[in-house]
Amino acid sequence: MTTGSTDRGGAPPSVALDRFYRLYGAIGFLPIMLIGLVVIFAFVVPHFLILPNVLNVLRSSSYLVILAVGQMLVLMVGGFDLSVGAVVALSSVSSALVMAGLKDQMVDQAALIIVAGVLTGLGCGFLVGLVNGLCVAFLTVSPFMVTLGTASIATGVALLLTNGIPVYGMPVGYVDGFGRALWLKLPSAVYLAIAIVAAVFVLQNFTRMGRYIVAIGGNLQAAIVSGVPTRIYLVATYALCSVFASISGLALTAQIGSGQAAINSQLTLESIAAAVIAGVSLKGGVGRVEMVALGALFLLILTNAMDLLTIDPRIQTIFLGVIVVLAVALDELSTRRTKRV
Amino acid sequence: MIDSRIAETSRAAQATRDDLLLEMIGICKRFPGVLALDDVDFDLRAGEVHVLFGENGAGKSTLINIIAGAFAPDAGEFRFRGRALARLKPHAARMMGISPVFQEFSLVPELTVEENLFLGREIGAGGFLNHAAMQAKARAIIGELGFDIAPDQKVGELSRAHQQMVEIAKAFLSEVRLLILDEPTASLTEAETQNLFALVARLKNAGVGIIYVSHRIQEFQKIGDRITVLRDGRKVATVKSGDVSENELVELMTGRKVGVLFPAIDHRPGEKLLEVDDVTLADLSARNVNFYARAGEITGIAGLVGCGKSEIVRAIYGLEPIAAGVVRVRGEAIAARPAPIDMLRRGVCYFPSDRVAEGLALGRPIRENASMAALDLPTFSHAHILRRASERRAIQAIVDTLRLRPRQIERSVAKLSGGNRQKVLLARGMTRDISIFLFDEPTVGIDVGAKIEVYELMKSLVAEGAALVLVSSELPEVMNLSNRLYVMHRSQMVAELSGADINETEVLSHFFREKRLEDGPASFSTAMAT
Repeated sequence: MTTGSTDRGGAPPSVALDRFYRLYGAIGFLPIMLIGLVVIFAFVVPHFLILPNVLNVLRSSSYLVILAVGQMLVLMVGGFDLSVGAVVALSSVSSALVMAGLKDQMVDQAALIIVAGVLTGLGCGFLVGLVNGLCVAFLTVSPFMVTLGTASIATGVALLLTNGIPVYGMPVGYVDGFGRALWLKLPSAVYLAIAIVAAVFVLQNFTRMGRYIVAIGGNLQAAIVSGVPTRIYLVATYALCSVFASISGLALTAQIGSGQAAINSQLTLESIAAAVIAGVSLKGGVGRVEMVALGALFLLILTNAMDLLTIDPRIQTIFLGVIVVLAVALDELSTRRTKRV
Repeated sequence: MIDSRIAETSRAAQATRDDLLLEMIGICKRFPGVLALDDVDFDLRAGEVHVLFGENGAGKSTLINIIAGAFAPDAGEFRFRGRALARLKPHAARMMGISPVFQEFSLVPELTVEENLFLGREIGAGGFLNHAAMQAKARAIIGELGFDIAPDQKVGELSRAHQQMVEIAKAFLSEVRLLILDEPTASLTEAETQNLFALVARLKNAGVGIIYVSHRIQEFQKIGDRITVLRDGRKVATVKSGDVSENELVELMTGRKVGVLFPAIDHRPGEKLLEVDDVTLADLSARNVNFYARAGEITGIAGLVGCGKSEIVRAIYGLEPIAAGVVRVRGEAIAARPAPIDMLRRGVCYFPSDRVAEGLALGRPIRENASMAALDLPTFSHAHILRRASERRAIQAIVDTLRLRPRQIERSVAKLSGGNRQKVLLARGMTRDISIFLFDEPTVGIDVGAKIEVYELMKSLVAEGAALVLVSSELPEVMNLSNRLYVMHRSQMVAELSGADINETEVLSHFFREKRLEDGPASFSTAMAT
């Protein structure tokens, strides 16, 4: 009777499938798909593999990597951050305004002006994250509603400060020396993204906080019973996510050369998409930063290929939505499969 | 490592050997709608095993949760080693040497065994972790306990028995003065249980106080020193182990003579109404299960927590996906995936164990809750338009036969006691022409009076020729009510008992069987053939 049941489970046709799943389990689906995509696009899409385009993809994916890594941390504690896009806009506008405002009073002190602008941007991010975290951890409000609300507030403030007009007048050093600079032939933003991914990798694997993030998202009750100060770590996670978003906003501002309130309305969805494609569970507790970085790269390669093929941006928006829904559905199906084994 | 910690504890204990380790006087705890603990006294001496005994919902878990710092008592004194404790938190309790091992695991499935052991108590400096030290310590503790688990396995991938071991190992990470074991043997094998008992004996000698929550009378009479019996949130008695018989303990627990509590049911088995043929669930929580239920009898299914007994009846009703096998109602095979509405129309109704989560819409009146599963019938609607007057009449009649008090059907279910809530669920079953009743833990959390009424109702259903399937973790209940009793163990049906074979020794011997999966189902299928 028992042998009968195992026969039924391991029928011959599923051997190949099993091997595929083992490979999938070892390195994941994403790297395979990423390589496949690059190979196909190299043949199909004109100008895809030429150096300026590669640098362009790397630069623009860096901003998303930074954003998605923060989003991953919040998803891992079982939350959600819909305010990251708004934080990018707010930090862009606030830092640009401070830098432009100080320009006349502090001539020849570009470094100080830049420091002041950057601190303002980071401060705005930290503030929004703090509000998000405090509401989620102490008022136990749904993260969905809190971050939707703070997103609206941050966007509103950014629009109010600028009337929707781009803010110019940042020091040349900030734009040319950082935002548009190539260091060792790579865009500066790439180094920033690598540094943040490395830092979060250390956080996840070698620190208490990394473990507590998994515990809070994996089984909140167990974390509380085990004496983990869950609320403090929840606040810290949301704050960290928003600070990352503001870093992304600052780098993007330096690259564009102006502070903009309408910087990119799709960023929040893209950050969640990158995380989910990388296997971050929406139920919390699961996520690897190196995969999230690849997820962001994957999205940007797709977008870039569509741009090169001159596909209508409105269709691209639809495509992004389809990818998100597919990724979530696949995530759900794969957890169902692991439950069976 | 554990021995050295025990030695430490024993030195500490020697100084206060005669003192009480734990003293609780007049503890009260109220949850919305229930008084979970009502003026309960409890104490524990060092080096003693004190058993907590009572039905589900008697207040055992509330009491141990208060001791572990998870709940704060509303009233009463609570002293640990002579110190009054107020606003105790779980972490602080652990630091003082109170180590709970809960039945509901406090484990994070995404973390490894080692990571779970050290959760909240990681070794390391400045926020960074010392992996090597934790790995070594985890190995040492697991080795001493004689458990067969690897520290780097993910907890989510372990079996329930192994998770139980992790939970126990977690209690031994720091110095233990008071150990709480909540049904620790519920998913362990015989050998693992013996290991655990040997460990309990060692701890006892070292002066550790142990609170042992269990349903198994024979088991705790062996290792317990004193037994405190709780019923409906009150302390009934504290007796010395060995002073009272099994039957006396059951009577203390239920407050009734065994004969009075369980009505004599006149089983007249008729045709097979429900047959489950070689059914395996998609999540493998039940494998190759065979059983049948006949009209005019109660078919019981007993088994340990997580053995799959609840899942199999849920699957019959279409709540868990079936991977293989056939379910037959009145000889007619049901499609691979039964759906609740289809089963209702065939006269099958399932009564969930968790009435709040799965059974009732608390904010809605009794009337709506009772008619919820029958709105497609002409009594309740005509062409999708509700017939409210007819509904009121029909539900009022059912509520009256169930003796639901008060008999106002517009009261919201949230205001009802556990017993009355169960009656609302039963009323739902009576709105349709149901002949196969699947009861999943029907008396969890309801008081003795309501229990007797539920049993009486079951008796009258059997008399009317219905087929009843009773899944229960309360051994006395399932043993006394069933005409035939199936025993499930580790996802498989391992025995079918009837007549004089339905007794605690026989049932427990099947709970504890090990590695008999080959001959178990085989002998069972021969039993089926005869």
